[in-house]
Amino acid sequence: MSLTLLAVQTLNGLQFGLMLFLVAAGLTLVFGVMDFINLAHGVQYMLGAYLTAVLARVTGGFFSGLALALPLTLLLGLVLERLVFRPLYARGHLDQVLATFGVILILNEAVKLAFGAAPISVPVPDLLSGSVLLMDGLLVPVYRLAIIGAGLGTALLLWLVIDGTRFGMLVRAGATNAPMVSVLGIDVRRLFTAVTAFGAMLAGFAGAMVTPILSVEPGMGDGVLILAFVVIVVGGVGSIRGAFLAALIVGLVDTLGRSFATDLLKLVVSAPTANRVGPALASMAIYVLMAGVLAFRPAGLFPSRSAG
Amino acid sequence: MSRTTRDLLILAGIFALLAALPFLGLPGWVLTYTARIMAFAICAVALDLVLGYGGLVSLGHAAFLGIGSYAAGILLAENVDDFFVGLGAGMAAAGLYALVTGAVAVRTKGVAFIMITLAFGQMAYFVANALSEYGGSDGLTLWSRASIGGRAALKDRTLYFVILAGLLLSVAIVRLVTASPFGAALRAARNNPERVTALGYDVDRVRLAAYVLSAVLCGGAGVLIANLTSFVSPALMAWQRSGEFIVMVILGGAGTPWGALAGAFAVLALEEGLSLATQHWKIVFGALLVLAVLFTRGGIAGLLDRSAK
Amino acid sequence: MKRFTLALAATAALALSVGAAAAQEKLKIGMMVTLSGPSAVLGQHQRDGFNLALKQKGGKLGGLETEVVVVDDELKPDVAVQKVQGLIERDKVDIVTGVTFSNVMMAIAKPVFDSKTLLVSSNAGPSPLAGKACSPFFYAASYQNDQNHETMGKYAQDKGFKKVVLMVPNYQAGKDSAAGFKRHFKGEIADEIYTQLGQLDFSAELAKIAAAKPDAVFAFMPGGMGVNLVKQFTQAGLSGKIPFLSAFTIDETTLPATQDAAVGLMGGAQWAPGSTLPASKAFVEAFEKEYGYVPALYAQQAYDSALLIDAAVKASGGKPKDKEAMQKAFRTAQFDSIRGPFKMNTNGFPVQDFYVVKVVKRADGKFQTEPVEKVFSAYGDVYAKDCALN
Repeated sequence: MSLTLLAVQTLNGLQFGLMLFLVAAGLTLVFGVMDFINLAHGVQYMLGAYLTAVLARVTGGFFSGLALALPLTLLLGLVLERLVFRPLYARGHLDQVLATFGVILILNEAVKLAFGAAPISVPVPDLLSGSVLLMDGLLVPVYRLAIIGAGLGTALLLWLVIDGTRFGMLVRAGATNAPMVSVLGIDVRRLFTAVTAFGAMLAGFAGAMVTPILSVEPGMGDGVLILAFVVIVVGGVGSIRGAFLAALIVGLVDTLGRSFATDLLKLVVSAPTANRVGPALASMAIYVLMAGVLAFRPAGLFPSRSAG
Repeated sequence: MSRTTRDLLILAGIFALLAALPFLGLPGWVLTYTARIMAFAICAVALDLVLGYGGLVSLGHAAFLGIGSYAAGILLAENVDDFFVGLGAGMAAAGLYALVTGAVAVRTKGVAFIMITLAFGQMAYFVANALSEYGGSDGLTLWSRASIGGRAALKDRTLYFVILAGLLLSVAIVRLVTASPFGAALRAARNNPERVTALGYDVDRVRLAAYVLSAVLCGGAGVLIANLTSFVSPALMAWQRSGEFIVMVILGGAGTPWGALAGAFAVLALEEGLSLATQHWKIVFGALLVLAVLFTRGGIAGLLDRSAK
Repeated sequence: MKRFTLALAATAALALSVGAAAAQEKLKIGMMVTLSGPSAVLGQHQRDGFNLALKQKGGKLGGLETEVVVVDDELKPDVAVQKVQGLIERDKVDIVTGVTFSNVMMAIAKPVFDSKTLLVSSNAGPSPLAGKACSPFFYAASYQNDQNHETMGKYAQDKGFKKVVLMVPNYQAGKDSAAGFKRHFKGEIADEIYTQLGQLDFSAELAKIAAAKPDAVFAFMPGGMGVNLVKQFTQAGLSGKIPFLSAFTIDETTLPATQDAAVGLMGGAQWAPGSTLPASKAFVEAFEKEYGYVPALYAQQAYDSALLIDAAVKASGGKPKDKEAMQKAFRTAQFDSIRGPFKMNTNGFPVQDFYVVKVVKRADGKFQTEPVEKVFSAYGDVYAKDCALN
C-alpha cells in the first residue's frame, strides 16, 4: 500500500464523490424545498446519459451532444413535474414514492424499447483523452480530472446561486420553512417547478458526464439513486453544503474501502479469509457509515431545518 | 352494515376462496403460484403493522424474509430437516436481527428510518452473498423439502395449506395486536408521540416491539418460501424486494384490515399476468401505479371505502 | 373369418399409427433466458441463435413441428422457478433450454429434474450440476463454467507469466473463475481483487494493478462491467503495457460498446465468430444477415443446442413425450457442432477444444473475436469424476 496508490485512490474517491454530488444536489433540493421524495431522480440521470450518448453520435461530438442534452433534460424535468409531481406535493410521502417508482419502471423500459438492452458507449472526447503524470507512477486520465473539475465547478456555481441570488434565497427559505414562504406571497408553484426542472438538469448533467467512462444502459440510474439518497440523508436533507461534504465522504469511504479493506484485513487474518471478508465489508462500508451517522445524528451531519 | 362487519366479511371471503382453490380442479401451477403470493402476502401484512399502523416505512423487510429462508435452507443443507425446527429457527433469527438493528432504527423517523432500515437490509444482503459454503450469490438448492415428524409430508398441496394457515395466522395476529391497547399506543406513536409518552408508554419500545413482531412473521414467510421454491438466494433480500413490499402495502391501502393482503395479490398477479401478455409489461405496470396514485387515495381499500359512501 | 381379423388388425394398426402421429407431430420447447436488466443482451443472443437454427430447419427439430415458448427469468431465481413451473405444467414443454446465469440454473434445476423434463443449457454450466448433483436430464451445449477460466490460466502458464493479478466480481461465479484460473497457473498471484457485482467504476482497482506491475491481468467481468473495465483499462494507459486476459468479458455482446478500446485484448472461449471452420462461417454469415449484429458465443451455443435437440429427438424416434427414450437419446446423440469436435461427457457436459481469442476490427468496421491459439484439445471438466452417472 504505497503512498502513490493512496493518492490515486483518494483522487478516484473525490471524482466518484463529486459525481454523486451532482445527482444528490438536485435530489436534496427537491426534497428539502418541496418535501417531495422523487425516486425518479435516478432515471433523470439515466436520461441525461442516453440523450448525450445518442446526440453525441448524431452530431458527431461529445460536447455538442452534451449541449443539446442539457436543455432536453430540463424540459423532461418540466414535463414530469407538470404531469406527475405537481398533483403529489400535497400528498404524503408514500404516495410520492409509489408514483415516482412507477415512473422509474416506465422510463427504464421505454429506454430499453427505444435504444435496446445492450449498453451503448460514447468515446472520450479527443480534447479530454489521454492521461497526465501527476507524480511518479501516478497516471491519471484527463477525463477523470475533467469530472472533478465539472463537479467542483457545479458546486461553486450552486453555492453562488443559492447564497447570492433571490432564487437562492427562496430555495433556502423553502428548505427551512416552506409554508412560511408561501405566506409571504411568493408564487411557490413557480418556485417548485423551477427547482424540480433545475434538479432534473443537474442529474442529467451527471449522467452526461459519466457516459465516456460508464456504460449507458437501462436501469443505470437505480443504483445511483440509492447512493444519492445515502448522500442526502448523511448530509442532512435539504442542505447543499451537507450533500457536498457527504458526497465526498461517501465517495472516499467507498473507494478507499474497496481498495484497502482486504489489504488491511490481511494484516490481522489469513489471506483467504481476508479475500472473503474484505470485499463484503467494503460493499457494506457506506451502509455502515450511514447507519452510524443516523444512529447518532438522525437529522444528518448538517441539518438545514431547525426543527429536524 | 358497519365497516368492521364489511371488512370481516371481505377477509372471510378472501380466505374461503383461498381454501377452496385446491378443490376446483385447477392445474398445479396455479396452486404453486397462489402459494407463492400468499407467502409474500404474509410479509406484506407484517410490514403493514409497522408501516400502516406505526408509520415506520421500512425499506429493509426483504432482509427478514431472506434471513428466515437462509436459516431454513442452511438447516436443510446440514440435514436438520424438521419443518418446525426450521420455522422456529427462521423466525427467531429474523426476530433477533430485528431486535438488534431495530433498537438503533426506531430512534430515527421519517426518511432517516427508511434509509437506516435500507442500510441494515443491505448489510444482511452482502453477508448472504459472502456465504460461499451455502452457494454465495448463486444461492443454495434445497434438494429435499423439510419433513414433519420425520415424514416427507410437505407435498405441494400440504404446503399450500400450511402457507394458507400461516397467512391466516399472520392476518389474525396483526388484527389482534392493532385492536389491543398496544396497537392503540402504536398508532398514537405515529400521530402524536408526546401523547403516548404522557400515557406512560415508551415510544421507542412500542415501535421496537412492533418492528420485531413484524420481522418474526416475515422470517416465517421466508421459511415457507424456501420450502416452496426449494431454493434460497441473496436475491430474496435485494432492496428492490423491500421496495416491492412497500408498493404492495401502499397500493392495497396501508393501515387497513385487508389492504396489504389485496395489495400483495394485486401486485404479484398483475406482474405475472402482464408479463404473459407482453415482454414490456413494466411500462404498463408503471403506468398503472402512477394512475393509481393520481386518481385514487388510500389504495385499493380506500377505493372501496369511497365507493361505499 | 381370418381375413376379417386381419383387416381389423390392419385398420386398428392404421388408426393407432395415425393417432400416434397426431400426438407426436409437435415438439414443445420452453426457452428461459434473461431478457431484462443490463444482461438482457446475453439472453437476446441465446434467443436469436436458437431461432436461427429452428428457422434453417424449416421450423422443425427432429422432424417434428416445433413450438418455442420464450420466457424472461428477469435474473431473479425465485421468478425463474415460478416461470419454469409454468412452462412445465401449463405449457407442458418437452424440453427446457436457454438459461443465461448459473444462479437461475441452480434455482430451476430441481423442479425441472423432478418433472423429468430435459434441461439443455445454452450457457450456464454450474459446477454442482457437473459433479455431485449431476442428472441424466441435464445436457450442456455450452461448457462447464470453470473451463474458459482454466483456458486462460493454462495460457498464462504456457506463456511463462510469473506474476498475475486476478480481478473478478465478488459473487459465486467470480470466485469460481478465480479458482478455475489458478488450477493450471502455477506462478505468483500478485493480488486477487474482488469487486462489487455491477460495479462500473474501476479506477481504484486499475490504480492498484498499475502499482503491482504484473506480467498480465486476468479479468472476469461479464456484461456492462466488462465494457467499463475495458474502456477504463485503455484510458488508464494500461492497454498494450500489461497483457489483458479474460473470460466472458470481451465478446460480441460488449464489443459494440467498447469498440476500439478492446482491440488486441484476449479471452478464452470454445468458439469465436472469427473461426475459419466452414460451418461456423456459414453460421456467422446467416446470423448477421438475419439479425444485423455479430453473434457472440452465447448465440453459437444456443444454435448448437438446437442442433443437439434436433439430433436427440430424431434418435428417440420422434417421441418427445417418452421421457425415458428422450433421455437415452440425448446421451448418445451425435451432431455436428459448428465449433468443431464435440463429445458429450458422462455428466452431460461437453468435451471440446478451447482457444485463446483476440479482438480484431473487421474490414466492415465491426468488431469480433477470433481464435489465435488452441490451449486445450478434447478437454472435459474436472467435476465429471464426482458424477455418479455412467
